[in-house]
Amino acid sequence: MASAPATPAPAAVAVPTASPATLLRLVVIVAAVGALEIACRVGWVPMTIVLPPSVMAESLWQLLLSGSHTRDIVVSFSNVAAAASLAVVLGFLIGAILHTLPPVRGAVEPLLASYYAVPTFMFYPVFIILFGVGSGAIIAIAVLLAIVAMITATLNGIDRIPLVLGKTARMMRMGPIERALKISLPAALPYLFTGVKLSVAYAFIGVIASEFILSGAGIGHAIAYAYNNFDNRTMYGLMLLIVLAVTVINAVLDTIDRRLQARLRR
Amino acid sequence: MSPALASVAAPVPAEHHARLTGVTRVFGARKGTGVHALGPVDLDLNRGEFFSVVGPSGCGKSTLLDVLAGLSSPTAGTAEFEGKPINGVPAGVGVVFQEDASFPWLSVEDNVAFGLRRSGVDAAEVARRVDYAIGFMGLKDFSKAYPAQLSGGMRQRVCIARTLVMQPRLILLDEPFGALDQQTRLLMGDELLRLWRETGATVLLITHALDEAAMLSDRVGVMSARPGLFIDVLETGWPRDRDSRIVSHPRFGELTAHLWDKLRAESLKHLRGS
Repeated sequence: MASAPATPAPAAVAVPTASPATLLRLVVIVAAVGALEIACRVGWVPMTIVLPPSVMAESLWQLLLSGSHTRDIVVSFSNVAAAASLAVVLGFLIGAILHTLPPVRGAVEPLLASYYAVPTFMFYPVFIILFGVGSGAIIAIAVLLAIVAMITATLNGIDRIPLVLGKTARMMRMGPIERALKISLPAALPYLFTGVKLSVAYAFIGVIASEFILSGAGIGHAIAYAYNNFDNRTMYGLMLLIVLAVTVINAVLDTIDRRLQARLRR
Repeated sequence: MSPALASVAAPVPAEHHARLTGVTRVFGARKGTGVHALGPVDLDLNRGEFFSVVGPSGCGKSTLLDVLAGLSSPTAGTAEFEGKPINGVPAGVGVVFQEDASFPWLSVEDNVAFGLRRSGVDAAEVARRVDYAIGFMGLKDFSKAYPAQLSGGMRQRVCIARTLVMQPRLILLDEPFGALDQQTRLLMGDELLRLWRETGATVLLITHALDEAAMLSDRVGVMSARPGLFIDVLETGWPRDRDSRIVSHPRFGELTAHLWDKLRAESLKHLRGS
């Protein structure tokens, strides 16, 4: 009966545990960190320029324990969360609306495509005038940086919904709302999620970078402050915090992304 | 040629299940320079028969199916299903498309149950009917799998099961095996015959494969190049409990040859870009 054999798709659903590439990557990272540690300890790199990774880690641990930068950390992460959420929601809405208006889309799409050629940060004075120094301006710049990735991903995602699924929805006599929720959204989800992933990454870049110039609080501000005061321990501790946070968040998003993409293999 | 191969009308006055009268479809008619895709076509589908439509590419076969499915309305003429004019998708009609229409985000089981769940059938009945359809299409071992884990033929079975579970009285198939290899097609043809016998549904199959039409159908409608018209309707005379083994029957060859005889000139027209 099962005449047409199911093609085995080992990597399609189960996420592989530890491939040789993963192990090798780990070795490279450990070796690089180890080399930096040795270079600093032996004195090839002066401590006034770079601290050994172990000292960075210890400094991070201390400032987490002491709570000296808890406010900065909370401010930055709330700003990233706010900017990413706004970019995802607004980007999705703008993308979905643009998709229903092909002439407007045709006019706007080339602009979207060249958007990232513009160094968005140069507009920071405008944002200070509009929002003042603080979270408002920072979130605005981060949203501006992230939103176009979400718009593009939304347009792409809706484009890629197979026409036959639309026909199927009509055969099932679905209304527009049920069709959008039960067919279009899940069909486009893997592509939309690519937009979510990029939005989070851009929101991080936008928030941390803006905090250097546009803020009196936040991790970016604290790093700049520590740098100006020759406080290497704090500076490197906070840098390590950001690297770790971004790595963990990206790894989580990547896992979800891979699961969603696996379903698309046809 | 044997007399049975001559074009004949339905031998006994059978009940009309679906009927097209003078159906014409012109695309882009509003702009003045429309493409005349189909018709005028007359077609009577008898209740419970297996009718195939063959024709050259672009002859409007799929348009014909869309009209019957209520997915597009005719520019002129009328379409009826069970005595009522077709206006939107009629209840009791199911379609299987050529493209893979399985939902990749749902398991096989949930794919098959999808239509039933939203039509408010109670959970126990859903489970019973889904179980039956999955078993019928040989998907039992794959009920928890996702479409991405299945071959093209298996995914098409999922789509057939999803249609079957709604218990349609008219099943429209738009080149459902077009993307499958020849062996799988023959076997899927057997499945289709089994499904047709068991459900008693009326089946309309659009295909470009003459052998498929000759093997599966009670009647085969041959369409001309665009604008598509029926140039012949051929009665095959197969018994109801047939299967793919009839390909070794001499009559199978005769039927296929007859179909090709009718279609050759039309296909040449298409090839030369009419």
